Amino acid sequence: MYSGALMRRGPYISMITNRTMNLLIRAAMLFMVGVFLALVLNLLQVQRNVTLFPPDVLSSVFSSAWWVPPCCGTAAALIGLLYPCMDRRLGEPHKLKREWSNVMRCVAVFVGINHASAKVDFANNVQLSLTLAALSVGLWWTFDRSRSGFGLGVVIAILATLATQLLVYNGVFQYTSPDFLYIRSWLPCIFFAGVITVGNIGRQLALYEYKVNQEKTHQD
Amino acid sequence: MTVRERIRQNISAAFYRHGLLCASYPVPIILFTSASILTCCYPLLKLPLPGTGPVEFTTGVRDYSTPSHESQGDLSERPDWYRGPPVAYIQQVLVKAAVSPWDNSLVPVDVFRSPLGRVFSVLEEIRNHVYTDRSLEALCLQVTDLLPGLRRMQAVLPEHGCLLVSPGNYWQNRRDLFDADPDLLKTVHQHEPKGLHTSATLKDLLFGVPGKQTGVNLYSKKRVVTYTITIALSSYDARFVASLRARLKQLHPSANCTLREDHMVHVHFKEEIGIAELIPLVTTYIILFAYIYFSTRKIDMVKSKWGLALAAVVTVLSSLLMSVGLCTLFGLTPTLNGGEIFPYLVVVIGLENVLVLTKSVVSTPVDLEVKLRIAQGLSNESWSIMKNMATELCIILIGYFTFVPAIQEFCLFAVVGLVSDFFLQMFFFTTVLSIDIRRMELADLNRRLPAEAGMPPPKPGPLRPRETPPPPRPSPHTITLQAPAFRNLRLPKRLRVVYFLARTRLAQRIIMVGTVIWIGILVYTDPAGLRTFLAAQVSEQSPLGEAGLPPHLGVAPVFPGGDPTSTLSGLPAPEPTPLPENQSQGHRAAHPEVAPVSSPQITWGPEDEELWRRLSFRHWPSLFSYYNITLAKRYISILPVIPVTLHLSPQEAIDTRHPQDTHHAPPPSIKTSDLQTDLTLYKVAALGLFAGVVLVLLLFCLYRVLCPRNYGQNGVPHGRRRRGDLPCDEYGYSPPISEISPLLLRGHSMDIECLASDGMLLASCCLVGHIRVWDAQTGDCLTVIPNNGLRRSSSSGCWEHRDGGGAVGGQDVDIFPIRRRTTPARPALFGDQPDLTPLIDTNFGLSPPSQALSSSGFDFGGLVEKAYQEHEPSPTLAFPPSPPPVLPPELPPQNNGDWDSSVWAMELRGNLIATGRSSGKLELWDAVEGSLRCSNEDGVSGITALAFLNNRIVAARLNGSLDFFTVEITKPLGLLQYRGPPGRGSLPPSPCYSSEDVISCQLTRSVQCAHQKPITVLKAAAGRVVTGSQDHTVRVYRLEDSCCLFTLQGHSGGITAIYIDQTMVLASGGQDGTICVWDVLTGSRVSHVYGHRGDVTSLVCTTSCIISSGLDDLICIWDRSTGIKLYSIQQEVGCGASLGVISESLLVTGGQGCVSFWDLNYGDLLQTVYLGQSSEGQSVRQLLVLDNAAIVCDFGSELSLVYVPSVLEKLD
Repeated sequence: MYSGALMRRGPYISMITNRTMNLLIRAAMLFMVGVFLALVLNLLQVQRNVTLFPPDVLSSVFSSAWWVPPCCGTAAALIGLLYPCMDRRLGEPHKLKREWSNVMRCVAVFVGINHASAKVDFANNVQLSLTLAALSVGLWWTFDRSRSGFGLGVVIAILATLATQLLVYNGVFQYTSPDFLYIRSWLPCIFFAGVITVGNIGRQLALYEYKVNQEKTHQD
Repeated sequence: MTVRERIRQNISAAFYRHGLLCASYPVPIILFTSASILTCCYPLLKLPLPGTGPVEFTTGVRDYSTPSHESQGDLSERPDWYRGPPVAYIQQVLVKAAVSPWDNSLVPVDVFRSPLGRVFSVLEEIRNHVYTDRSLEALCLQVTDLLPGLRRMQAVLPEHGCLLVSPGNYWQNRRDLFDADPDLLKTVHQHEPKGLHTSATLKDLLFGVPGKQTGVNLYSKKRVVTYTITIALSSYDARFVASLRARLKQLHPSANCTLREDHMVHVHFKEEIGIAELIPLVTTYIILFAYIYFSTRKIDMVKSKWGLALAAVVTVLSSLLMSVGLCTLFGLTPTLNGGEIFPYLVVVIGLENVLVLTKSVVSTPVDLEVKLRIAQGLSNESWSIMKNMATELCIILIGYFTFVPAIQEFCLFAVVGLVSDFFLQMFFFTTVLSIDIRRMELADLNRRLPAEAGMPPPKPGPLRPRETPPPPRPSPHTITLQAPAFRNLRLPKRLRVVYFLARTRLAQRIIMVGTVIWIGILVYTDPAGLRTFLAAQVSEQSPLGEAGLPPHLGVAPVFPGGDPTSTLSGLPAPEPTPLPENQSQGHRAAHPEVAPVSSPQITWGPEDEELWRRLSFRHWPSLFSYYNITLAKRYISILPVIPVTLHLSPQEAIDTRHPQDTHHAPPPSIKTSDLQTDLTLYKVAALGLFAGVVLVLLLFCLYRVLCPRNYGQNGVPHGRRRRGDLPCDEYGYSPPISEISPLLLRGHSMDIECLASDGMLLASCCLVGHIRVWDAQTGDCLTVIPNNGLRRSSSSGCWEHRDGGGAVGGQDVDIFPIRRRTTPARPALFGDQPDLTPLIDTNFGLSPPSQALSSSGFDFGGLVEKAYQEHEPSPTLAFPPSPPPVLPPELPPQNNGDWDSSVWAMELRGNLIATGRSSGKLELWDAVEGSLRCSNEDGVSGITALAFLNNRIVAARLNGSLDFFTVEITKPLGLLQYRGPPGRGSLPPSPCYSSEDVISCQLTRSVQCAHQKPITVLKAAAGRVVTGSQDHTVRVYRLEDSCCLFTLQGHSGGITAIYIDQTMVLASGGQDGTICVWDVLTGSRVSHVYGHRGDVTSLVCTTSCIISSGLDDLICIWDRSTGIKLYSIQQEVGCGASLGVISESLLVTGGQGCVSFWDLNYGDLLQTVYLGQSSEGQSVRQLLVLDNAAIVCDFGSELSLVYVPSVLEKLD
């Protein structure tokens, strides 16, 4: 029955239903999303001279800072896979507004937060950081609202902040006006928002696998 | 409160009128809207295009003075930006050098090695130039560090000193390094970025001329090397510049040079919207449109989703443009980057109104006129729209009174944007919606069944009269599940969320609150500082936040206060008369006239005057940006170029050769790098396009690749389903075919009209009026009650005969349909007659004796009578004894049967069949014996519906009256016994009346005017009788005392379907496509949903959901408690509207010659069972679910009994 059903589905479908394959596809997609977001958002930061990379914005994006997008992509893939996995482990499936238009909205807000961090001029850094933190938490509240998501977001944000500190400390790149050791104080907020966003996308993608699996068991 | 109500009413009325207006004159209104959009966008033409091209302004050198900060106003031709000192004065020394005469002993490297080498001497000259104690050091723009990230460039670009760049920078301005450099080209090109680059390259910066014109390559035809020495001066000292010019000209005279030197060009740079800035912007917009896309996909029940989505996008875009245009018109120059803000604004504001409007309009009753629908929909939502609008405006007003300029400006834009968005929604979108709805109406009219004739339907059955269904379209039998992603969740969250959002406007409120809090925090924390800061920011119009650099750093420190004296009245003529004071190593210039014809000619043409124009427009900004000086919204002044001509002798070229030059292989890729600068713009465009396409593709992939299920109508074409060719879902899984085979119950000669069952018995009535009683378990025909009056009087029921009948028992049920199918040749018209074929004696050898023939002729009568007697008790061929040979349908009425009226309603309880006839007669038949037990002729109006509960019968009549009958058994009560095995405890007790009882049926109460119009539906359960009528109301009666409890009003059309069950759940559906759920105890309306375009034909409830089917061939599944539509199943056209729920999660629907089983949780088609071979044309119109997991449905003149144990097992 199982193999028969599997055979009767096309090769494409069985590929999707294959668990590892599905995992790979999802990881690849998340990676692409991460790379893309990293490119775009990095541009935002670079053009405002918030982050300093070697000159010539575009060429830096494409050549000298080549390591940033892949890193972000990998992180995105990891986080995006981690979230649904964690949901399953904890046994509390994420239920809030699981639809693509919401994911798009989440991405838009995330880009907006980045935008704000790069472009809106605030009186002082504390204000900026507080605003961004509020926005990030708002993002979580609007699009995630799960405690596990919040916890994971905070943990990853802290880790990423640490990693950035180390990177800057070692002189890989730098920020123009660091106000939180070596980095900007709003960076954790951005990380948090990013984690929430990518987690949202990951969950949305995982929905398909979950669905397909359910169907499979249903047929069995 | 009253004021509020009045305002509300007024608003509602105004919106109603507005909706009428919009729907009445769509074309003029759209024209008007377009005109107003265009008008509002007209001021945008005055705005500079959003390009980044610099703007130039030319003044004369002669009377130049640094413009003051304040605008004088008198010089109208001066551009706005021409105020204050420029960032820098750019003095370029254009050097053209050639080795001449050229002879063949020279190698290609000689073309540029020695000319480039001469740059050092010219540089020396410039650096050491002094004019009356002013040296270059004092005047030039002093630069500090390069940006920290530019370590790669540190060796090349000057730091901590004059900003003076030349090709010599490649070799740190040191001649010895130059001479020691074995490969000049490699040195030059090693700094070139690989791959794509958009801004000025280092080569451009240092050479100061476009890469193609430098001549520094091995294949130069002209053999003239061109480069510039670029000096950035912080202040303009005309005399110094003039003396420098004179000095250089004198040293290196250019013979035929007629360059104009009397104009300086001021170049103003806009804010840089480079590709780097565009990509995030484009991304935001793409995300925005993705959001719009995903939102507008949810627009349901309209003719063209795409059209409406487009209209929504146009609305949003136009409101954007209009707000900018209007602000420009009133003199507000946008300092904030509106393009960056608006996506975020739109994401939260733009679409919810549109969604709400659409939903509201769509959910108005379909039978209204389009105008009225639009008006009604608008006025329904008017209050919330206005309230929201007012709230938003209030918040913006609060924001405006913070007096923070940036916030004020933002608020202004927001107000204008909101108002224009509102305007467009009201006029443009509403009109488009009305057009769309009208189109839908037209399409509906074509599709819809012909309009019902007048009020009294000629043959009201248990359901509404059915018209002939249109011929089946070859449309795929697809399920439209609204939420592809939520199969595992029973409720499609998406819809819930959308409705929730649309209902509560959560996002808007969150944003409003957020804005208020944000503004509050801003004002509270640091009002004064922020204000000054923002004021400075806005007035400077310099949003570039160089964090460590005050906005003026690039200009202010180097601008001396008392500089106006530097104005020079007269510049020396091109021919320099004064000799420069300082000494320089005066090189002998080669004599141009000696050069042979083949030698490179150095020519000066007008194109050399402003060679910088050919540079990338990012040339200067990028040069300055390396030193963290922005040119955005500032300007530089470019002084007339100083031409320098250098002629070198071949000997000199040979002398300066590097040993490796002679065997130097040319680098292969120079040409391409030269080309790159020209292509910059195209690349920018291409890159932007590419990024957009990539994102779109990415999102598309994201959605499509992992969403293989295509639930849309245009999904995987299944083609027309045929028998045995079952639809498979997208996974290639097709449900098993062979598990269910229907049992066909044949016997009726005409289409079956009424169908009733009490779980054990099944009664059917055909158009002719024959009533047949079947065993619901085995499918055996028990009794036939013909309408010809030949009542069966034999007291022996069929039960005995069946038990002893032997031939066909309950065991071989499976054989039964097969056997029946083998003899289909008999014309249906003679179905009432016994099969006389065995009587035809073909054995002529045994012919009757001749004497019998001679005496009285051959008497067939006895033979036939015998055949009839044999035939009669047969359970399988229970044909009534009918008079030979042809049976006229109308027979003279008998005593106790009303034969010329047709049966309109039938109910079965116990073994009593209650029939309501068109003549108004109520008859009670014994189901087992087929005898008429009782009849009542109290009413004359036809009985349209019957309900038989316990010992009461309720009859609804055509004239709207409702009669309550009581069935009384005059025999002792002990004879009331209960039938059925004890295991079926869930069954309602069905009393069995023994044949000895005298049953009387008495009219206990007649409600004369129960309804104004004919009663269409009558249902009874849980001690309540519910009637639905064409007068748009539903009434609830108590069964015991026939007292009317409630009159439920809420439908705007006749009631077509009612569901009530033991748990007192009452749902009703009407011709307006609405479904109402009522609380039977209180009579209040629990929910009210607009489900169908056209009548609701059938309604069933489970404990969690309501299933409705409509004339639009849609089966909708609603959440019972919230009234939210979970999903809908699109069926084939005209596939009937019969519904049944077998278990909590198994739905069965009738189709064209088939019944389909659906999984209610997922909306999946589990199985389709084909009832007969001729699947075309016959549609299942009635469907009864028996309690032993069997369903019975009519199929033309046959009944079909389908057992579904397999489906049940599967579900478990």
